[in-house]
Amino acid sequence: MAYDKFTTLTSPAVPLPIENVDTDQIIPARFLKAVERKGFGDNLFRDWRYDKSNQPIADFPLNQAKYSGKILVGGKNFGSGSSREHAAWAIYDYGFRVVVSSFFADIFQGNALNNGILPVVVSPEFLEKIFMAIEADQNTLFEVDLENQKFTICGTGESVGFSINPYKKHCLTNGLDDIDYLISMKEEIAAFEK
Amino acid sequence: METKTLFDKIWDAHVVKEVEGGPSVLYIDQHLIHEVTSPVAFLGLEKRGAKVLRPEKTVATPDHNVPTINQHLSIKDELSRNQVEMLKKNCATHGIVYHGLGSEGHGVVHIIGPEMGITQPGMTIVCGDSHTSTHGAFGAIAFGIGTSEVEMVLASQCIMQPKPRKMLIAVNGKLNKGVTAKDIALYVIAQISTSGGTGHFIEFAGSAIESLTMEGRMTLCNMSIECGARGGMIAPDQTTFDYVKGRQFAPKGEDWVKKLAYWKTLKSDADAVFDTVYEFDAANIEPMITFGTNPGMGIGISQNVPDSNKLTGSDKLTYEKSLKYMGYTEGDKMVGKKIDYVFVGSCTNGRIEDFRSFTAFVKGKKKANNVTAWIVPGSRAVEKQIIAEGLVEILNAAGFELRQPGCSACLAMNDDKIPEGKYSVSTSNRNFEGRQGPGARTLLASPLTAAAAAVTGKITDPREFL
Ligand code: SF4
Repeated sequence: MAYDKFTTLTSPAVPLPIENVDTDQIIPARFLKAVERKGFGDNLFRDWRYDKSNQPIADFPLNQAKYSGKILVGGKNFGSGSSREHAAWAIYDYGFRVVVSSFFADIFQGNALNNGILPVVVSPEFLEKIFMAIEADQNTLFEVDLENQKFTICGTGESVGFSINPYKKHCLTNGLDDIDYLISMKEEIAAFEK
Repeated sequence: METKTLFDKIWDAHVVKEVEGGPSVLYIDQHLIHEVTSPVAFLGLEKRGAKVLRPEKTVATPDHNVPTINQHLSIKDELSRNQVEMLKKNCATHGIVYHGLGSEGHGVVHIIGPEMGITQPGMTIVCGDSHTSTHGAFGAIAFGIGTSEVEMVLASQCIMQPKPRKMLIAVNGKLNKGVTAKDIALYVIAQISTSGGTGHFIEFAGSAIESLTMEGRMTLCNMSIECGARGGMIAPDQTTFDYVKGRQFAPKGEDWVKKLAYWKTLKSDADAVFDTVYEFDAANIEPMITFGTNPGMGIGISQNVPDSNKLTGSDKLTYEKSLKYMGYTEGDKMVGKKIDYVFVGSCTNGRIEDFRSFTAFVKGKKKANNVTAWIVPGSRAVEKQIIAEGLVEILNAAGFELRQPGCSACLAMNDDKIPEGKYSVSTSNRNFEGRQGPGARTLLASPLTAAAAAVTGKITDPREFL
């Protein structure tokens, strides 16, 4: 699935200071019935965003007009639970390109990278700083520089490095995916099978 | 000579290529697919004009969306029916074996693989489902993948994976009365937390693990994902070989002799190095139950809901949010709390042994009036076995009915949903908010503990009856 190339991004961020945000919250199972990859963003965090009568729940961050941007900042152990890639699709479809946390669940991290979302891991202390910066000023900007692997709180100028697998970095910067690469390896795979 | 863990041995034998600065290209021996995570992968494949490279190495079954009564009728929910039909169509187009609803081979994907002898030691097995870790019980590297990776496997029989770190979890000693593999799983997750295994692949070892049946080992490996690990595995031994032998797709004749000789080499070298090691004493484990909204929030059934004194900041907020959802208060005693539903089934505890254990407990007793119970076999084969062993009569006499195979109340995707605010003692693997239905409150436990709750109508220590 092709996605936009990623180089740098400067944007305000949406805070979600909850830990262990699991994939059943990101996209509840009942929305996994589609056979196409479309429209998942509407159901991102569905049960936290809307009440039973489909009315928006006012204090959920995604419903608060003061928060906006392409960066989602979550508490530790973000994306635990099921392997559903729909979680990454929903986040991408909603408009996020970066998710920041102090800890990501493995499968989610892989799924995010395969779908043009950059997971940025920062220390728990730095994560707190980000939350505080947003609380102080919800319009505060953050810069994500993939080339130099640097995340900056623009207001204070504080920045941290983050790590990413060089191969994945190459894929993200060029909007490439693994499947093209594997298909090109047909002969090596056939040789291995022998 | 370099020493290797069980994991290293299987992994190294499947690396097609190491990518510069990147993940390994890993060959996949067996691919399992179901209706939820595969349609977009097939769509992607078609868009690229690619074919399924090795259709004989993929097996399909619909499980998540299916009703568990009246399976002979067409599926009522249109979206569910559409997904199931799409799987069938994709399999037909690409020459993939499909075990449809009502057929002999139908069941939850992680139940049918082992049952048919498709799952074997030394294999690499993937499926677009996190509980693929179940198959690790046979000494295989088995893990869940996302839909992009499903597409990779279909197109190339390979995926790209960084090699995880290795963790050893040893549980030694004799298990206490009333303690099952499910309790070991919930205990381990409570000890190391839901993120304790992140980045790792776990090998379970030790005398308590060796004493488990294959069913028990599958339950344990199934839940290894709940501590954040990529998967869990157990070195194959005589118990494993006896289970595999004679099954439909198990090697036969000379092939069996050859494979068996190889399987016997599949264990960690005595001085193999693990990145992380935990040791637990089986004597410390009692029947477990969860009280919160992640599988790490489990305690011994005789204990009280822990207080949050030691927690600070967002940890404390998360904990409080969780208890509020459950309607529990710190310090509450778990035993005696009223429950509304009991669910026995899922890829965690939907095998024959689980129904034997449940039935043996309820035999001669009566289901409590306030309890709705869903007893759901993991597969057609399990269902048939339950009937053949005469368990249905015992269940019926005690006021329980047997349903038809599927994922059922494990996740709120089919008709079996727990209503809002209701308490469900469930043998499945996840107690996340809304997992069993919007607002549903899940209490994870073993089939034995579920049985005790089903007949008393409240959380009950099963040991009182043993
Ligand atoms: S039984 Fe539950 S955990 Fe297992 S495959 Fe089905 S939905 Fe997933």
